[in-house]
Amino acid sequence: MTRIKTQYNRRSFLKVSAAAGGGMLIGFSWLTGCITDSKAEAVEVPKEWFDINGYIKIGDTGLVTIYSPNPEIGQNVRTSMPMIVADELDVDWKDVVVEQAPLNTGFYQNQFAGGSLSIRLSWNALRMAGATGRRMLLEAAAKEWALPVSDLTVSKGIIKEKNGERTVSFGDIASKAVGIEIPEEVELKEISDFKLIGTSIKNVDGKKIVTGEPLFGLDFYREGMKHAMIVHPPAFGMKVKDFNVDEIKRMPGVSDAFIIDVTLNEPGMFDEKGFFQLIAIVGDSTWQLMKAKKAIRANWETVGELESSESHIATLEKALASGNVTESRKDGNPEAAFKKAVKVIERTYSAPFIAHNTMEPMNFFANVTENAVELVGPTQTPDALEKSVSKLLNIPPENITVNMTRIGGGFGRRLYVHFGVEAAAISKKIGKPVKLIYTREDDMTQGTYRPTYLSKYKAGLDANNNLIAFSVKGAGLPDGPVFPNRFPAGAVTNYSAEKLSGITNVTTGAWRAPRSNFTAGAEQSFLDEVAELAGKDPIDFRLELFERAINNPVGDEYEYDAERYAGVLKLVKEKSKWGETKQGVHRGVAAYFCHSTYVAEVFDMIMVDGQPKIKKVCCAVDCGIVVNPDAAKNMIQGGVIDGIGHAMYSQLTFKNGAPNEMNFDKYQLIRHSHAPEEIDVFFVKNEIAPTGLGEPGLPPAIGALANAMYQLKGKRYYHQPFNVNQPVVG
Amino acid sequence: MPTFKLKINNEKHTVEADMDTPLLWVLRDHIKLLGTKYGCGIGQCGACTVHVDGNAMRSCLLQVSQAEGMNITTIEGLSKDGEHPVQKAWLEHDVPQCGYCQAGQIMTAAALLESNPNPSDKDIDTAMHGNICRCGTYIRIKQAIKTAAKL
Repeated sequence: MTRIKTQYNRRSFLKVSAAAGGGMLIGFSWLTGCITDSKAEAVEVPKEWFDINGYIKIGDTGLVTIYSPNPEIGQNVRTSMPMIVADELDVDWKDVVVEQAPLNTGFYQNQFAGGSLSIRLSWNALRMAGATGRRMLLEAAAKEWALPVSDLTVSKGIIKEKNGERTVSFGDIASKAVGIEIPEEVELKEISDFKLIGTSIKNVDGKKIVTGEPLFGLDFYREGMKHAMIVHPPAFGMKVKDFNVDEIKRMPGVSDAFIIDVTLNEPGMFDEKGFFQLIAIVGDSTWQLMKAKKAIRANWETVGELESSESHIATLEKALASGNVTESRKDGNPEAAFKKAVKVIERTYSAPFIAHNTMEPMNFFANVTENAVELVGPTQTPDALEKSVSKLLNIPPENITVNMTRIGGGFGRRLYVHFGVEAAAISKKIGKPVKLIYTREDDMTQGTYRPTYLSKYKAGLDANNNLIAFSVKGAGLPDGPVFPNRFPAGAVTNYSAEKLSGITNVTTGAWRAPRSNFTAGAEQSFLDEVAELAGKDPIDFRLELFERAINNPVGDEYEYDAERYAGVLKLVKEKSKWGETKQGVHRGVAAYFCHSTYVAEVFDMIMVDGQPKIKKVCCAVDCGIVVNPDAAKNMIQGGVIDGIGHAMYSQLTFKNGAPNEMNFDKYQLIRHSHAPEEIDVFFVKNEIAPTGLGEPGLPPAIGALANAMYQLKGKRYYHQPFNVNQPVVG
Repeated sequence: MPTFKLKINNEKHTVEADMDTPLLWVLRDHIKLLGTKYGCGIGQCGACTVHVDGNAMRSCLLQVSQAEGMNITTIEGLSKDGEHPVQKAWLEHDVPQCGYCQAGQIMTAAALLESNPNPSDKDIDTAMHGNICRCGTYIRIKQAIKTAAKL
């Protein structure tokens, strides 16, 4: 039994309970959980609720509310986080309803969705919350019956006397547990005793999603609220001077129009970097605002360089040659080793800027009153939003509430908080509650894009086809796509990695698996080519390198567990029946480690009617304990499809500072017919604390795709999107 | 402002709106049926799919003035409580990730199964081509459509 120190104090519990209660009072029904769902038929809706701790509320009928602290962007934490609490609490899942917790930095830690960190960072806190609740309920029952806690057992929300017949349900004892002192230490379950963790529990919002109930920020509505839209400069490097404000204000359905300024004195990493002055129009209906947007005639002034895709390539090449290295690693003497090598191979890889394109466009509700702000909407970083709004309006954070709606896609886009800040600025100006929404065009052309990248890889083999030298040099606008201490660091005697940066005024940010989303594809297709040059099987070639890293590592350290890395390759080798040949099936493999999770993938491709098709993908994943296996599989499947789609089809190109692609007529995303027919996912079984799944499935898909395409078509793919000159159907 | 008489989910609604207002915004802003989603506004993503006289149509491209006299069904009208075979199959396969596009996917799938009760993979690819899922739930959508065909 693991004993763990609790980290709560009573005051912070009460604070969160009060805040959560407030969430219900303001009455957006979808934040108050699933009480209207089928659960209510199983358990009667309670008349009275008892707050056990900031995560758990138990009703007098035995219905248990578990607060899910983190934003839900489709990674399914609104199901998996409460599952962890419920398992330690020992409650029957059919008695559980889930509510989204509001932002409360005083109580919850790490209330954000990013870096595939939700489960990894909260694993202990969630277990502790459940175990603390269970302990308090047990103590309350023990006190009632004048027995020591050790004489009681608990299962599925029923406490039972070990040597007797008495039982009491959580619902009946909850009122007494409220007064129990929070224990300083609690016991956590043995991993083998988990009842919910490791079972496939369906999405708690599933029924609401398929019946179209309002769940998302775009669906938020408040009586008396105004609608608002913004117009940003048409190009990076431009700024608004003025616009036909009087004409716009006279348009039907427009109540106000003005310019907002959202410049912050000390901007944080999630604040806006490009457009600080925006035209805002306010009115009563979305369509009238869309028409008014089209009627805006603005004078824009050029305040910076108006960049183009051609200038971006030139800047990347210049950055790569500049020697402006921001991060590096060197082992041995790569220069001498390359001279000595019998075979040397050098390849260049690139990828364009891409947009996040969450299906739900950016939007936020804000209600700014004299000295308080209420914010409701889709954000991956509610804390950063609160801080930025506090700075802009000079209102203390304690007077600001942030409630999180379900989020129609994140992928890193909603780490950035400008749309919430803009909503607050507009509400402040008009003195009314307002919901700001972006059109798709606003969303695609005011992005925090995935940077554009250019990398050169070089490898040298000796006469026995051993890899004796490896180097990578990568530049990005603005941040280079190189992780100097990741694989194959530690596995090659003479090794060099250099990360370089170039300047752009196009705003960029984290895009699902930042840098890894490019690096994995480049590195893994390069290694495929090196293996081929060495006359080795691509999996065996990689396993040889991991053996080296395990038995005789190069350098002081490297940032991966070579055993686990090799483990997923061995598993995918077994499960995909690698080595067996099938008529007409061409295979590619890749493995990558990022966000603390290891993933290997094998792609099977065939030709159908003269067109390449991805028949099957086999994935092996090591993310430690798998909390919710079917949902975990869904995440990996989605990551694979997302990787294929963006590597194959997507790019954002620029001319005169403006994106050429503004909507889905020009910006291509993967569609049904391009998806693989089948994606199998196998998880390595172990008892390591769980790590994330939102990002790690994507990066290796790009390498495995490029390698399978090579086997199918006899051509290597170096530059994304792969289909630009040669259309390919997946 | 002109008024329009609409029949949505077998209920009559009278709305006052500019005549060029897309049905999507009439549903969302005027009638507060929020299940139909805005994704692109140009008929490219399928998030706003509704049934018009039984056919899957993009409500962002259909003006309110054209929608009069037609039988319009939104996701809310597909079934009262998620009992439509497509909705049941979606739950069985636990299809959604973020969930935003799924109402549109479900409406397109339901219309497909009405006209073609036993679609092949190719039929599904063709019918669903206009519905983007940014999370990449395509495989589960296809599985769910096949399951729904049997329900």
